[in-house]
Amino acid sequence: MEDDAKVREVVLEYVKEEYVEDEDEAEDLTADTPLITGGIVDSFSMVSLKVFLEKKYQIQIPDADATPEAFDTVNKIIELVKRIKGE
Amino acid sequence: MAYSDKVREHYKKTIAEIREGGLFKEERFIHSPQDAEIKVEFPEGAELTKVINMFSNNYLGLSSHPDVVKAAHDGLDARGYGMSSVRFICGTQDIHRELQNKISKFLGTEDTVLFPSCMDANAGVFEAVLGEEDIIISDRLVHASLIDGIRLCKAQYDSFKHMNMGHLEKKLQLHQDKRIRLVVTDGVFSMDGDLAPLDEMVALCEKYDAMILVDDSHASGFIGKTGRGVHEHFGVVGKIDIITTTLGKALGGASGGCVSGRAELVEMCKQRARPYLFSNTMPPVIVAAASKVIDIVSETTERRDKLEANTKYFREKMTEAGFDIRPGETPIVPVMLYNAKLAQDMATDLYAEGIYVIGFFFPVVPQGQARIRTQLSAAHEREHLDKTIAAFKKVGEKYGILGLKKKEIIEKFGL
Repeated sequence: MEDDAKVREVVLEYVKEEYVEDEDEAEDLTADTPLITGGIVDSFSMVSLKVFLEKKYQIQIPDADATPEAFDTVNKIIELVKRIKGE
Repeated sequence: MAYSDKVREHYKKTIAEIREGGLFKEERFIHSPQDAEIKVEFPEGAELTKVINMFSNNYLGLSSHPDVVKAAHDGLDARGYGMSSVRFICGTQDIHRELQNKISKFLGTEDTVLFPSCMDANAGVFEAVLGEEDIIISDRLVHASLIDGIRLCKAQYDSFKHMNMGHLEKKLQLHQDKRIRLVVTDGVFSMDGDLAPLDEMVALCEKYDAMILVDDSHASGFIGKTGRGVHEHFGVVGKIDIITTTLGKALGGASGGCVSGRAELVEMCKQRARPYLFSNTMPPVIVAAASKVIDIVSETTERRDKLEANTKYFREKMTEAGFDIRPGETPIVPVMLYNAKLAQDMATDLYAEGIYVIGFFFPVVPQGQARIRTQLSAAHEREHLDKTIAAFKKVGEKYGILGLKKKEIIEKFGL
């Protein structure tokens, strides 16, 4: 898999594009910004992020792993993707 | 004993957490019929207070209208109290069929099926018409009952940013490989009172071969020139594949809902929608009264015109008074306060002034968007509105927010 910095950039970009309305808010968003508990992504709309990750990194994220906790920050998402990829 | 102390403690703790989170919902006991003025016992055991109701979905003032009450009495006498059956066994009377036909004519659709509520209509419709090869693409702020219905169905799911047509188009492009695409939206979003741009949405659906479902619960009976709903407002009557709506708001306010739209989709609901198959039929008394309501709104626009005039007057006067009113044209008029405590305190003070309103804050609305949501009704007379505006001014002055814009209110009270 690509290095962490590259993945971080790709996922952050997707989250901004997909979920954030406001440009100021997009600028403030970092890899540690809480997405679900911070109210940026609701647990129901999270599914498009899951589908994006599965397509982009050619993985299957089991439902048991696709929890709001595991998706709460971009850094946590990267950990999850790496774990599933077995890296 | 199965309900052990440990189990009881678990629930007590959860309830305490709900309270601490500021999410505890309390019932207010109303000792009068639903109307512009109501007698309220709040808190429980308190003396009755007569207040102006600025917080109901009784948009057309038909909930306690004498003609509707009489129709209910007549229906009770003619067709009895209950049917003790689901629709398809022995729960469908001639008056159910008659009401369905009247609703189809009113909404400009091919066919209609009644449900015990619109919550049930929304819970049942998706599973009835879609399978796992299909995709639902919904606005992110649709009503909770639509979300529940979507969760119950096997179709795939995606969403677009609230009323963002560019984002919707991208999603429609992305999902061209699916068998059926169904775009889902509220007609009027109940927190902000904003209207989904159905003309643009229908055009996108035609371009990308998608069906569209609109929940018009906060519109049926009064939005559009003759009150047909948001589809009439945007000139797309006959182009909405599924309309779900309620008889529990403007249209009499008792209960009941429906799925109305393409004949085959309505038939699929009769064959497969679980709340239709496994829940009791709408009681005859409500069917008879709702039928009268549809007659009234089909015959005259008098009530929706009065509601429109009330809405215009209230929006103008509240803006003049210096409140930050979310712009729009629906009778849902959010008075923006941004700070949760300010919204709660002002609602309490307004109640003391004889105005019944409630503050809304996170998570009911997004963080930092606390407000008092007011709702107009055709039951309101000018004096009700003037009294409400005067009370708002008095309370607004007390908190020093008149004339302040969003930024200034946030500076003063924080988020």
